Amino acid sequence: MRRILVALKRAIDFNVRVRVRPDGQGVVTDGVKMSTNPFDEIALEEALRIRERGGADEVVAISIGPDEAQQQLRNALAMGADRAILVRTNQAIEPPAIARVLLVFVERESPMLVILGKQAIDDDSNQTGQMLAALWQRPQATFASKLELTDTVARVTREVDAGLETIEVDLPAVVTTDLRLNEPRYIKLPDIMKAKKKPLDVTDLASLGVETESQLRLVRLEPPPQRQKGVIVKDAAELVAALRQKGLV
Amino acid sequence: MNRVLIIAEHSNGKLNASVAKCVSCAASIPDAEIAIAVLAGDGGAVAAEAAKIQGVARVLHVRNPANEPALAAVLAPQVARLADGYSHVFGSSTTFGKDLMPRVAALLGAPQISDIMAVESPTRFKRPVYAGNAIATVEAPAGPQLVATVRVASYQPAPAGEPAPVETPEVDATLPTHTRFVSVSGARSDRPDLQTAARVVSGGRALGSKENFALIQRLADRLGAAIGASRAAVDAGFAPNELQVGQTGKIIAPELYVAIGISGAIQHLTGIKDARTIVAINKDAEAPIFEVADYGLVGDLFTLIPEIEKQL
Repeated sequence: MRRILVALKRAIDFNVRVRVRPDGQGVVTDGVKMSTNPFDEIALEEALRIRERGGADEVVAISIGPDEAQQQLRNALAMGADRAILVRTNQAIEPPAIARVLLVFVERESPMLVILGKQAIDDDSNQTGQMLAALWQRPQATFASKLELTDTVARVTREVDAGLETIEVDLPAVVTTDLRLNEPRYIKLPDIMKAKKKPLDVTDLASLGVETESQLRLVRLEPPPQRQKGVIVKDAAELVAALRQKGLV
Repeated sequence: MNRVLIIAEHSNGKLNASVAKCVSCAASIPDAEIAIAVLAGDGGAVAAEAAKIQGVARVLHVRNPANEPALAAVLAPQVARLADGYSHVFGSSTTFGKDLMPRVAALLGAPQISDIMAVESPTRFKRPVYAGNAIATVEAPAGPQLVATVRVASYQPAPAGEPAPVETPEVDATLPTHTRFVSVSGARSDRPDLQTAARVVSGGRALGSKENFALIQRLADRLGAAIGASRAAVDAGFAPNELQVGQTGKIIAPELYVAIGISGAIQHLTGIKDARTIVAINKDAEAPIFEVADYGLVGDLFTLIPEIEKQL
């Protein structure tokens, strides 16, 4: 069975204007829309496309998070994943521990590929995929904007500072997605109905025996310093004069 | 004593400008002794360049043909060996560092703090989260090693100083062959580098086409500026991906940032909020970019750009 494992994180929707809680210990989440981390949705879309062109047999979505993350997994099933796994916990878990938990399922499922977002748009860590690849002792192809597969190799184009880099990695491997890899499909109503019948396994994190204690402690969260609003100049001449006065041109 | 090891990014025999900024960050850790690791195919010139950054106590130069072009899977086991005895292992928050450092952290069994923007103590750091909509102060445990990436837009480069000794340690690590470099393509130009330029001119969706984007290039050339682009402009194919400025593109801190035809989505503003002066040119007076701009000019960019050029 050629299987692709896709890791998804439930995160605050990217359209929400995030506000820091007055106690500085988190952000406001009451009544705030939660969604699948957009980079992870791109990961799922890529896995589905690979399966649809015959490059894989099964796509398994996995999430580590609260019970409510079942919503994101149901969405993943509606998009087209074959089955889903929730590793349930109310604990906030850091990337090294997420990687250890994913490794348990990688060993169970023996996927040819693990695809996940390059970062989650809440903590912006950009760590989990690389850490999983290290623990698994397999290749990583991060920030992917193009993915081509043969039976044994993935050829991945990566968005890097210099431009586009292409590398070749032996399978199995970990791929993390960048924004331009694909545009995820919309879910249709019949798919939502169908998704209700697909398997979604729930496992409690505690039952896995994986060390998930946080190593980093959040001391406080604060709003960023705001830039002062400047002036509106009336024309190009006034703009250039102002910049000249500041020695900027 | 805090012993900080910085992993140097380099290409084509040149040290990346972000390394001197990492040194500034490391130097702001109290009682820090700073070393730079240069892993390269040859790397002699890069090691010499690294040794001349003020505040650097030594350079560890590891020469191995497998190290060039750089691949995280190949470098990580070597870095993990070199890190022995160091309390902190730092890299830049460039795509090189973002790719490499978590792999190193996992091999070391160490936590990683991404995108350090300020040092509060040897174990306490500030970093942006939620696309810069919140700043987190994070405490790492004392004792074990800590891996981190440094948000380069938050630091000035450390100046040049007296050359530090260059050592050539033996690194006994098994290197994987499962990852192979194929090619890299990027528009190499004589223009200043986007990430380190003092001036940047960026264009957005309002430019309308790849051809019109040449207006941005022309103005940038007049100003001796690097070129940037919004995500919308890159997605529309007006500009290549490496010019994208913002949360998922480049985070920059130029002296002057000129945003033309960019509305100013929060993800874009994240990439420019450390710019010293922001100029916005947009026909929509309500565009969010004007909320952060020091100077705003409302009008049609196709009329205004030539007028600005005339004034320069």
